[in-house]
This record gives sequence, C-alpha cells and structure tokens, in this order.
Amino acid sequence: MGDQEVKLFSLWASPFGKRVEIALKIKGIKYEYFEEDLSNKSSELLKYNPVHKKLPVLLHNGKPVCESLVILEYIDETWKSERSLLPEDPYARAMARFWAKFIDDKCIAAMWGARKNSEGQEEGIEELTEHLKTLENELKGKKFFGGDEIGLVDITADLIALWLGVLLELKGIELLTKEKFPRLCEWIDDYLDHQIIKETLPDRETYRDFLLKAKF
Amino acid sequence: MASEEVVLLDCWASMFGMRVRIALAKKGVHYECIEQNLAHKSPLLLEMNPIHKKVPVLIHNNKPICESLVIVQYIDEVWNDKAPLMPSDAYQRAQARFWADFIDKKVYDAAWKIWRTKGEEQEGAKKDLIENLKVLENELGDKTYFGGETFGFLDVALVTYYSWFYTLEKLGNLSIEAECPKLIAWAKRCLQIESVSKSLPDSKKVLDFVLGLKQRMGI
Repeated sequence: MGDQEVKLFSLWASPFGKRVEIALKIKGIKYEYFEEDLSNKSSELLKYNPVHKKLPVLLHNGKPVCESLVILEYIDETWKSERSLLPEDPYARAMARFWAKFIDDKCIAAMWGARKNSEGQEEGIEELTEHLKTLENELKGKKFFGGDEIGLVDITADLIALWLGVLLELKGIELLTKEKFPRLCEWIDDYLDHQIIKETLPDRETYRDFLLKAKF
Repeated sequence: MASEEVVLLDCWASMFGMRVRIALAKKGVHYECIEQNLAHKSPLLLEMNPIHKKVPVLIHNNKPICESLVIVQYIDEVWNDKAPLMPSDAYQRAQARFWADFIDKKVYDAAWKIWRTKGEEQEGAKKDLIENLKVLENELGDKTYFGGETFGFLDVALVTYYSWFYTLEKLGNLSIEAECPKLIAWAKRCLQIESVSKSLPDSKKVLDFVLGLKQRMGI
C-alpha cells in the first residue's frame, strides 16, 4: 500500500476535514494537503465533489471520496495493515456506525440550535443536553468510545471535543461542565491529550479567534 | 449461524424497514416481524431503540441494531455466505455509501416535503426531488443495477422509495416516470427480483396510508 498518491482537500477549521487528517495520521499514511477557500472554491473541489461541492475530499490515486464518515471507512478498509478504526466484530461495527451517525445527525443539529440568538436557543440547549447525556452514558466503563484506543466514533466526536466547547464558551452557555458530564469531560481531556489529536486539531485559542472574527 | 433469533420491529409502510426486509430475504434469513404502531409506541420498541424510538430495529439474539443502512450492512457482514450486498472493492463500497447518504439526505427531504406541504414549499420540493432523482439516474447510467450486474446495497437503499412514488405523484401532481424514465425502468427491473417484490407494499396502499396520516395530522 506504500507508494500511493493521497491528497486531501480541506479547511483547517473544519471538524469534518480534521477527522480525515486524524485517520490518515493514525494509519501512518502520507498525504498532500490542500487548503481550500470556501469563498473561492477551487476547480479541483468542484471537479471532485460536483454533487455537494463541500469539504473534505480525499483523492486516492486520482479517485475522489467525499463525506467524512464515508472517507473514514474507506481509509480503514484500504489501509488494512495498520491500526483499525472500526472493530472486527459485526455487532460492534454496527454500534460504531450507529454512534457516528448519531453524532452527525443529532448532535450537529442541536449545536446549530444552541447557536441561535433568540427563542430557538432554549430548545436547542435542551436538545443538546439530552444528546450529551446519551453520550455520557455510552462512555461508562470505557476510556474512549472505541474502548482502550480511539476509534471511528472518537474521531467523529472531534466536534464535541473541541468545536462544541468553544461554541458554548462564546455563547456564554455553561453546559459542558465536569459536574454535569463527568465522563464526557474526562473523555475530552484524554482525547485532546492524545498525541495525534494534539498534532492535528487546531489550537483552541486560534479557533476561538476565528469564530469571533466570523461573527459566529 | 443456524439457530439464531432474528426479530424485526417494523412498520409496513416504512421505506427504511423495507430495506431490512429485502436484505433479510436476499440472505434467506428466517425472522419474526412485529408490526409497530408508531402512534402508540410499544414498550419493546422504546426499550430496543430508546434514542430514536423509530423503526426499523433488528434484534439479533436479543441485541438491537438501529438505523436501516447500519442494519443492512450488519446483515451483509453476518450472513456473508450468500448474496453479498456491498461491493467487494473498497472504492466501490465508498461510492455506494456516499450515494446512500445522498438518498437519505436529499431525496428523503424532498419527498417528506411533498406529502406534508403545499403551495410554494411543495413546488420547491417537487423541483428538488426531480433534480436529485436525475442525479441518481445519471449515476446509474447504462448499468443494470447501481451495483453493476448484480443487485446490491445501493439498489436496496433506493428501490424502497419506489413504493412511495405513486403517493408523491398523486399528492404532488407530478410524473416521475416522465422525468426519470431510466430510473423507473431500473425500479421495475428490481421488482422482478422476488426478495424485492415481496418486501415492497402495494403503492396504492401506501397512498391510502399517507392520506390517513394527513387527515389525523390535520394537514
């Protein structure tokens, strides 16, 4: 699997793009990174993701793969000799896929809700609280969602580990606390302390400044 | 794999439940189907899918699996001795998963709005539906199935929507066949497969069901 051309089109501030970078690094895959400008999408992006025109896009030997969760599974299946992102057992795999989907379908929607400035915000916070409780519960007895090592669900939850905390701080919402979510907060600490995660995710302050400037 | 307990919690009109039924039929798996009343959710459903409280739920040896595409992949991995649904090539698998995700985001959204809204919102949804079905028709190209020569995962993901086309056409006043003839031809080819035809309900029954729903919802 050595000499293969791997390119990643992404955005430094995107949790979806960062997921792919984390996966590539866990697998020890060399890749070429291309930073995109959303206000001026490159012709490559439009060529490789004509359907959604979104990031990230992984290009492997000239063939594009889009949608972060699809890319993660593709990486796991293609570079099989390295550490696995998904468990071997079909039931455990199904659970991993279920939780990754839960984070992407439910948590993101709730985060957008909590982001609102007016009436919608309370409902958004309520929904977010419920989902965080669900995740808190799922973490019981495990260091990471993937068990002893980070896996597909942990990688998908990068937005819970970093993006959510920054968003809540900027909105002055005290939700993600050790009192309310002890396991989840412990997971965040362990996750952000992981060598590859530390190397890959943006610095919290840098991201915070970016959001402030973007008038989030 | 012999003595296994397989139970499916489903609702006959659910296009998501139909996917699981097709997959189980293709694999020749014996299972018990417990029809659910979504207006009065059963304790079993709430216990097996506490997070979403939705169908379908596959219960395999007392362990629940939720979300139709997760379930179909699970079925394919467990009963891997016959009728493989996922492509064998990793890139083709990524393509299948990409398009299945497209279907559930774009096609589902538009379909949902067609039967629930009217006026400008419905018109917008009709336009979106046709546009997205055309994208899928383009992806199908001249292939027999989305999976190529063999009926596969992506065919399973989309063909169940076909049972709702009649409803969408009647409620939305549109003709999907006129706009996407190749797609309809593909759907009819799929219906020649026994596992598919026995898993899809009668289209007119779906319309009656939706009309009943609309009445109860006051829309």
